[in-house]
Amino acid sequence: MSALTHTTANPHIKTDESMWPMLFILVPVMIWAMFAAAGPGFGTFAGVPMKFHAGIMLTALLGGVVYIIGKMGSNPPTIDHSRYADKVVKYGVIATTFWGIVGMSAGVLIAAQMTWPGIFYFDGAWTNFGRLRPLHTSAVIFAFGGNALIATSFYVVQRTCRTRLAGGSWPWFVFWGYQLFIIMAASGYLMGITGGKEYAEPEWYVDLWLTIVWVAYLLVFLMTLAKRKEPHIYVANWFYLAFIVTVAILHIVNNLALPVALTSAKSYGVYAGVQDAMTQWWYGHNAVGFFLTAGFLAIMYYFIPKRANRPIWSYKLSIVHFWAVIFIYIWAGPHHLHYTALPQWTQTLGMVFSIMLWMPSWGGMINGLMTLQGAWDKLRTDPVLRMLVVSVAFYGMATFEGPLMSIRYVNALSHYTDWGIGHVHSGALGWNGFVTFGALYCLVPWLWKKKELYSTKLVEWHFWLATLGIVFYITAMWGAGISQGLNWRSYTELGFLEYSFIETVSPLHVFFAIRTLGGFLFLLGTLIMAYNIRMTIKGRGNATSIVTNAASDPVMPSPVPSTLAPAE
Amino acid sequence: MGYDQIAHVVKIGGTVVFTTVFVAAIFYALWPKNKARFDRAAHIPLQANDAPDLDAGETR
Repeated sequence: MSALTHTTANPHIKTDESMWPMLFILVPVMIWAMFAAAGPGFGTFAGVPMKFHAGIMLTALLGGVVYIIGKMGSNPPTIDHSRYADKVVKYGVIATTFWGIVGMSAGVLIAAQMTWPGIFYFDGAWTNFGRLRPLHTSAVIFAFGGNALIATSFYVVQRTCRTRLAGGSWPWFVFWGYQLFIIMAASGYLMGITGGKEYAEPEWYVDLWLTIVWVAYLLVFLMTLAKRKEPHIYVANWFYLAFIVTVAILHIVNNLALPVALTSAKSYGVYAGVQDAMTQWWYGHNAVGFFLTAGFLAIMYYFIPKRANRPIWSYKLSIVHFWAVIFIYIWAGPHHLHYTALPQWTQTLGMVFSIMLWMPSWGGMINGLMTLQGAWDKLRTDPVLRMLVVSVAFYGMATFEGPLMSIRYVNALSHYTDWGIGHVHSGALGWNGFVTFGALYCLVPWLWKKKELYSTKLVEWHFWLATLGIVFYITAMWGAGISQGLNWRSYTELGFLEYSFIETVSPLHVFFAIRTLGGFLFLLGTLIMAYNIRMTIKGRGNATSIVTNAASDPVMPSPVPSTLAPAE
Repeated sequence: MGYDQIAHVVKIGGTVVFTTVFVAAIFYALWPKNKARFDRAAHIPLQANDAPDLDAGETR
């Protein structure tokens, strides 16, 4: 349909001019990428990887620029303000699923490398554990989790504000810009380009690109809130906003660095010594607090009430929950630096605030669980709701364990051991994973206008495989971690360490094997989910199409893949 | 103003401001007059919601 017939038929359709300003971002970055890709004459460090890395960026940005000019020249996109912008959410759902599989596969691979190094430790630097490990963490946290947060936030903010996403095609800029960030980060790690800060490994130019994308994300979200039709800003949007704003601040402050040269992949952070460590863990812990907690709590506060068809148990409690998370979480970072050069009062402060976090965490968990009051029977028949509810239970468990581990004397046993890995995974798999799966299972039939999922039985399989996987994973890591912690601090009667390091490693083999199995089962569940989502979109099984009226979004024809798709 | 003075002001001021704002947020959440508003807000996700609201002539 041409824009002209649209305009006469529907007064809410306007031409979308929002793509032109994107060129002011894309073209300068593209010119930089050209110089950086030009090779050793311009790059002074890590020449060959930088050439290749900047080449990826150049190709992607060139594709974007060509697409925008072609699109605006021939068939400018239109915005229909009487419909929600759902296509970008659909892309987000698929990206979340895809990156989930990539990130979890990388996790299973590195777990296998540690269990059977003779088999899985391939020759070549690309598959070195030190490069694959950040690939795994970034892919599951930022690619899987990040896409889930962006997609659900775009969905939720429109529904709870009863208005279309602001910014015309800018949500698409956020989506594709974020995918480019992921590809740049992941390919950089594999080539050995790293800033070396945990969970903040991308180098300076990738960090800057993410900053641009993130500011665009913040503006799209804020402008949508600003034009809302619902006077009250629903609590989920408060959590999303806190997530977006805080992650922007954390990202910028922790990654302040000076590049060796403007076209070099290498940079040096501006902080030194214990200030560097403290800034890193202020960042690292609040990435957990605001990326993996506040953002996913927003998912909880929308999808659990929606799925259970009951209002949140206590709206008052949700407000107290929000402000308590905001005011307490930000101080907990120093508990990562017990028994270090960090002043002891700072360590104690981090520990005290971590323990105070028990209150908002359990308040939030109770709020999520009690929403099921009067609807508990649904847990028996609806595995999607069960997944969401179990995620909240894992949130409660992981946030009980965390403060416990932050106590200095417990930390003396648990720190640097696999207990930490187990703790992270009970949160990441149980809470972030399950709440995301639950949201995806809700979103796919809603977005593609299907009556229900292709197969509820497959959701059951996913649920039980993943639950079993988590149980294997965390119990193995408790065993491994406590064994490590105890062995490391065993002294002989003469005061010497009782065990050499390798003697503390070899007993872990069986735990590592169980952990690999647990991770594999969890991945298997995700693959089943991907199949279920694919069949639902295709309309197979129980996923029969809902016939919609003219006012709402009609069933979309399958989108033609393109480098940069416009708003529908 | 040296480091010690700045640190002193920030520590005292920060504690006072943060505590005040947090207590104010709790009063806001528990204030009886706000109950009706929050009860309504809790139902926002449950409204049937297939398309955005539009004011008459609103196209922006």
